Amino acid sequence: MRKLLLGTCLLASPAFAEGELKVYHWFEYIPQELVDKFQAETGIAVTIDTYDSNESMLAALKAGRLGEYDVAVPADFMVGIMIADGMLDSFTPEEMPNLGNIEPKWLDVPFDPGRKHSIPYQWGSTSFSVNRDVYQGDISSLATIFDPPPELSGKINVLDSQNEVLILGSLYLGIPQCTQDREQLKALNDMLLAAKPHWASFGSDIAKDVLVSGDAAAGMIYNGFSAKARAEGANVEYVYPKEGHVVWMDNVVLLKDAPNRDHALKFMNFLLDPVNAAAVTNYAAYTSGVAGVEPYLDEAIKTSPENNPPADITPGVFAEACDEETQKLYDAIWTNLKK
Amino acid sequence: MAGGDTSWRPLARPLLIPAWLVIGIFALLPVLLMAVYSFLTKEFRGGVIWDFTLTAYDQFFITRGLFGDEAAQVEWTYITIFGLSILQAGICTALCLIVGFPTAWFIATRPARTRAVWLFLITIPYWVNLLIRTVSLKFLIRDNGPLNEGLMSIGLIDGPLPLVNTNLAVQLGLFYSYLPFMVLPIYAAVERYNFALSEAAADLYASRWTTLREIVLPVVRPGIVAGCILVFVPALGAFLAPDLLGGAKTFMIGSLIEEQFKGSQGNWPFGAAVSMILLSLVLMALLIYARAAAREGER
Repeated sequence: MRKLLLGTCLLASPAFAEGELKVYHWFEYIPQELVDKFQAETGIAVTIDTYDSNESMLAALKAGRLGEYDVAVPADFMVGIMIADGMLDSFTPEEMPNLGNIEPKWLDVPFDPGRKHSIPYQWGSTSFSVNRDVYQGDISSLATIFDPPPELSGKINVLDSQNEVLILGSLYLGIPQCTQDREQLKALNDMLLAAKPHWASFGSDIAKDVLVSGDAAAGMIYNGFSAKARAEGANVEYVYPKEGHVVWMDNVVLLKDAPNRDHALKFMNFLLDPVNAAAVTNYAAYTSGVAGVEPYLDEAIKTSPENNPPADITPGVFAEACDEETQKLYDAIWTNLKK
Repeated sequence: MAGGDTSWRPLARPLLIPAWLVIGIFALLPVLLMAVYSFLTKEFRGGVIWDFTLTAYDQFFITRGLFGDEAAQVEWTYITIFGLSILQAGICTALCLIVGFPTAWFIATRPARTRAVWLFLITIPYWVNLLIRTVSLKFLIRDNGPLNEGLMSIGLIDGPLPLVNTNLAVQLGLFYSYLPFMVLPIYAAVERYNFALSEAAADLYASRWTTLREIVLPVVRPGIVAGCILVFVPALGAFLAPDLLGGAKTFMIGSLIEEQFKGSQGNWPFGAAVSMILLSLVLMALLIYARAAAREGER
């Protein structure tokens, strides 16, 4: 229901519109000025609905909302799933003049080889942050969240996102993703159940606010969201844990049966302009996948500790898309945790 | 009306069509859809497959271990959630009655002119969306919110009371949300009460308590019953309060159902099945009540 609060931001002013574009986007992820700029340049009225997890976005589109939206912004593994399910339209390089602006390392990605369906939006990491006013001890391990010190117990917010919670839990226990090993899965399940009493709440879109308001003293969070919490006055430190963290890239995809395909392509091309990509980064505080954004970035973003981890951190992992049989086991663990 | 002008009778059926359409489209059809969905198969990553099965109901009542390969046992999780929700809704109804009855009585005994003002005051907060009011409540009771800060500054407590993300906070949210649904029907009943009856009872040496029990209550009972139903039923299915004030950790029936449709791994058939079970329970309770009331009427 929180989604409703953030969800129905009707940003369009269709009185002078020459057409429209319907965007299905994450909460708090695009600056209003950029939307206004796009509307001013093209005369296309943009409507944005928001979601707070990849899974709920997929579920909504599968539930009949495909054909209603033009673009969405799924993470890496979800792009792979949506391609496999035939939910994405493709474009040619000619239709996307700015395609060459994409940084080479993000151009030929495993989840969309050759970038036929998607363009990079932002990439970043997921781990956790701790309010250093509340707890000054060692926070280098994921144990801070899963087996917390007494100072943090009962003051932890956990993302309401199955994938991220289960992958961070697996990293903490040192077990691989998409395993079918019952012993390992049982250990993951037991560890999470033992951790749950230490947690105050589950929530993704509230992850920043609870840190800023002081409702939570620690919480799983995305690096840019944590940087925003810090910018809003919370003394929070984002951690790249020694066990590893989750790396993700959000991508703007062209949805199948998009009602305004041309406008969608214009919008995607617009976002690949370094000036505009930098505007998103300055707002969301993650990292763009577009080359040449540096001159347009705010100094605070360029040098933020959230975006510039020390060189010796344990590298992050991308989420893997498990097959149906394996996914059922993980779904069971999540249901068991949340019920 | 009976025995009066009967010339409109041939028109009765066509005139009833709009009512039947409304009931059919807005009440029966959704329930029917829900009933059908509860027997379908969950699709991988959201949606349903049109294969009829009892899996959803099986999942509610029976567990076969985490990975479904152990011996079948009774699944207590959801039954417990139902039990706790009924308890929460019950407490909420009782609190609303305790506070709502005197309030309604107070308003109904004011002069006609000020009565409208009091009623107006009761309804004003409800012009604001429930979501906003619930979020505001959270701001009030959070650790560094005005309530805790205030209590700490006058030295009543040393540290903040842990209110947010507790069952107490959920109860507070429910009570606040549904109080007017208790006040208004009771008010309507009390307003019709003829206070001369109380005077007559007093003249005949009835104590105040006896007057309340023997004279007032039978007259205003329909209002109290309506208020209790109007509070209990929505409180039982509430999901905003548990989600926002309980931190999405304390499941009530409503949040359990919401999670099945909007959560990260939606299970529509299971959500529909839980809704059907809830609906059956409420219907059963209302039927039992209706029977008891009818028997009472015969006496």
